[in-house]
Order: sequence, then C-alpha cells, then structure tokens
Amino acid sequence: MSFVSRGFRGRRQPEADSARVPPGQYVTTDYPVLSAGPTPHTSLDVWDFSITGEVDEEKGWTWAEFQALPSEEVTVDIHCVTKWSKLDTTWRGVSIDTLLEGVDTAAEHVIQYSDGGYTTNTPLEDVTGGKAWIVYEYDGEPLAPEHGGPARMLLPHLYFWKSAKWIRGLRVQREDEPGFWEQNGYNNYGDPWKEQRYWGD
Amino acid sequence: MDALMLDGNAVAGLLHEIFGTEMTTATGTCAFCGASMPVGAVHVFRGAGVVLRCPRCGSVLGKIVTRQAETCVDLTGLRALVPSVGLA
Amino acid sequence: MTWRLADVLDVTAETDRVKTLALDVPGWPGHRAGQHVDVRLTAEDGYQAERSYSIASAPSGTRLELTVECLDDGEVSPYLTDELRTGDKLELRGPVGGYFVWEPSVGGPVLLVGGGSGVVPLMAMIRERAAAASDVDMRLLLSSRSWEGVIYRDELERLEGDGLTVTHTLTRSQPEGWTGYARRIDADMLAAVGPGVGDRPHIYVCGPTPLVEAVATALVGLGHEPSRVKTERFGPTGG
Repeated sequence: MSFVSRGFRGRRQPEADSARVPPGQYVTTDYPVLSAGPTPHTSLDVWDFSITGEVDEEKGWTWAEFQALPSEEVTVDIHCVTKWSKLDTTWRGVSIDTLLEGVDTAAEHVIQYSDGGYTTNTPLEDVTGGKAWIVYEYDGEPLAPEHGGPARMLLPHLYFWKSAKWIRGLRVQREDEPGFWEQNGYNNYGDPWKEQRYWGD
Repeated sequence: MDALMLDGNAVAGLLHEIFGTEMTTATGTCAFCGASMPVGAVHVFRGAGVVLRCPRCGSVLGKIVTRQAETCVDLTGLRALVPSVGLA
Repeated sequence: MTWRLADVLDVTAETDRVKTLALDVPGWPGHRAGQHVDVRLTAEDGYQAERSYSIASAPSGTRLELTVECLDDGEVSPYLTDELRTGDKLELRGPVGGYFVWEPSVGGPVLLVGGGSGVVPLMAMIRERAAAASDVDMRLLLSSRSWEGVIYRDELERLEGDGLTVTHTLTRSQPEGWTGYARRIDADMLAAVGPGVGDRPHIYVCGPTPLVEAVATALVGLGHEPSRVKTERFGPTGG
C-alpha cells in the first residue's frame, strides 16, 4: 500500500490513553450502528429472558420480573471487531452472576440467542465473575432498538460481536457451538488484546 | 423495513472481487422459501461482516467476512446461484 | 477488478452541500449509466475508509464525474467535498453494478424516482439518453427539501422535452408562488406522474432507504411488476 490520500485523517480521535486501546483499534466518540439483520421490535409484554440447557433447573423472567432484579450501573470500554473502540460507555443492567444464582451446572459453554436468530458462543467462565451483564439502559436512557433494546448482552472484555443485541436467553451446553459469525471466519474466542479477530488468529 | 438496509448492488464491488465477475445480475434462489431474484435485489446488512438476506422471507442467504488477504464466504442460504449471460 | 488512481480535474459546487468531482481515470474501461465506483481513502498511518458513489456522467472515454453530498457526520464525504482539489489523486475501483443500469437498448417507458442525492445515478441515465439522442419516454420524479437544494436543477430544465419530463416535489420549503408538489412522494403522486401499469415501465428508485422503501411499496401497490422496480438504497443518511 503506497498511495496516501493527501490531507485525509478520518474520524478518529487521538488516543488519550493508548493503554486502553487494543491493537489495531481506533477510538470513536459516535456510536456506529452495525447489524446482521433488520431491527426486531419485541414488545415488552411479550419479552422474556431464559436460562436453559444443561442446568438443574431452567429459569425465566418476564420484563417486569427482570426489572425487579438487582441491577447496577457500569462504565466500560467497548471494542468492535470492525476497529472501533468507544471508551467510558455507561450502562445499567443485571449481572449474569445474579441470573445464574442458585443455578447448578457442569457444562462449560454458553450460547447467547436473540430475536432475529443471531447467536454467539462463549465459555461460561467468560460471562461469570462480574464480567458480563444483560443491560437495558445506555447512557441513562432505555436502550434504543437499533442498539439492541429492549436488552442486550454486555461482555466488554471480548470483541463486541460477542455481546448479542436483542438477547432473549442463554443456553448452557457441554459442547461448544460456534455462533452466527464464528461459523464464518470470526474467531471463536475474540480477545481484542490478542487481536483475535478471525479464524487462526 | 429497516433504515440500515441496503440492496445487493451496494456490495457489487465486493462480490466482483470474490467471484471475478459482475454478480448483481446473477439470479439467486433462497434455500428457505424458494424465491428467486437478481443478486442486486437482495437485502444487505452490514454487521461485523456483510449479511445478504432474502427480500421475501428475510432468511440469511449468505455472509461475507473479509480480512486482509482472504475472504470467508458462506452461501449456504442460497440453493442456487445462476450467473446471467452476456455480463458487462 | 483493480484499484485505480484517478486524477482530480475539478471540484465544482452543485448546491451549497453538494459538489461534483470531475475525474480522469487512465485505463478506464468505460461504464454504463447507473453503475457506481468504490472510493478508498488512505491516511498516512494506513487507516482506510471506503464508500460507494454513483457515477453521475454518461460514458465518455476516460472521464467520469461523481456528485457527492457532504454529510455533517460523514467521514469520507467531507474530505471529497471540502479537501480534495485539482491535481490530487483519488483511489477508486469499478465500474460496478450491472443490476441498476439503463441504456437505450433497454427501451421505455422509464420512470426514475429519486430523493436528494439519489438523483445521481438517475442523472447518468438522463445524460446517457441525451447523448444517444434517444426519444424514449423517460420521466423523473425528484424529491428535494427545497428549491435551492435541487441537484442539477438548471440542467434538468434544459434537457426537458423530446420525451423527458421532470417533476419536482419540495418537502420542506417552497419558493414564492410554487404550485408544484410539496409533500413526500406517495402512491397518488406516482400514479399521476408515472406511466400507467399497462405500459410496463422500467422503474429505478434511488435515495435514502426510508424513501426507497416507501416508493417501492407504493409502486407495487399500484400494480407495477416487482421485477421492473429496481432500487438502490443509500442507507439511513442517504449516501
């Protein structure tokens, strides 16, 4: 690549703290919307969230029940595999640890599944221990549909395709099952600090 | 209807790079509902990668992920893909 | 299909937000009206951004024109409209797109429906028709926010006649004494302006996704064959 467009810089922000920005990423202050399909519009009286699969007892919550669970506000940096990082994003939601309280399992894999058919897979230990939340507020406001509302996964230590929008449940499994993007070239784990974007990274 | 949605011709350049020829005039058949349409008329979404969806039933026809040197293409949602004759 | 380096010959204003880039592309294979190019910008550190732009000009040797609307929060468009100048080079790939294409051999009647900068590929078709001295029945229905914002306004006025009709609708503000349409394109407007369903027109719709969606739905609702309604959506911001 030898050609350079004179005077072109792009929309990037100078990295205030490069220790917070994984390799190959650029910082943005806006919030690009990326989607694998049309925005679902699930009404809150139909919405529910489930924990299913290899658990001693499956669990489920309606929207009202979910709102009654203890929630917390968290501020995290998020990293999209398309090279955008957004720092200090604020969310409110329920910790996965809260949802899995009292749930017994010997299985090690979790599949997130969403309205519209999207799926993504992670080891169970990556969504527990204070590392992940089901969030329903962004920046103090109810999560907008194009950003994943009513609720989405927030799993900031992995690339953001591992945080499913429009999430409806977690299925706990003994076997790993590559999700929507993992089946087609994207890395099975997705650690931004090791730049694990694609298969074989 | 989704404001983000594009048509197949929005990825004409990408498809040309993959197939080595103009693909928007090829005819694709959805493996789920059987609808046939020019590739230029499929619905395109840009997520972590490109997603092609059937304009009739919304099923995923294909996914395209590009990295520096390679492209990963899944067309399992297309039952058939027939190039048109006399391409430009 | 390789990336080529085009020479920027000129950058001229169409409206206060829209500029036309005149380019010379060595080795250009020629193009068809309605096709587009992929443009790629590269920063000194290797950062790249890529966007697609419809070709505005009718085929003409190695010369081509792109008309670009500057989007407030755009990353590529402000560079093209405000930074690029004569003597610069621009990396592009194409022409691409065989689906959204019109040439005289396709015949008519033709209905072109555009919103804002969606007029660009439609203008290439209108210019191609003029260059070929075709008398095919071609009708443009163009939605713009205001009279000042109508892209190619004067040229459209000059080209009108001999089978080309141009109808404007101005959705936000209208000049003093305006008697034309002043609302979003709907089924009634399409039925009044366009060829009848029985004439089996070739229809091309281009612009922001919501406009294209509404127009395409209305056209099919009027009875036009879906396979004859070709759409080019520009996404939520309209390109």
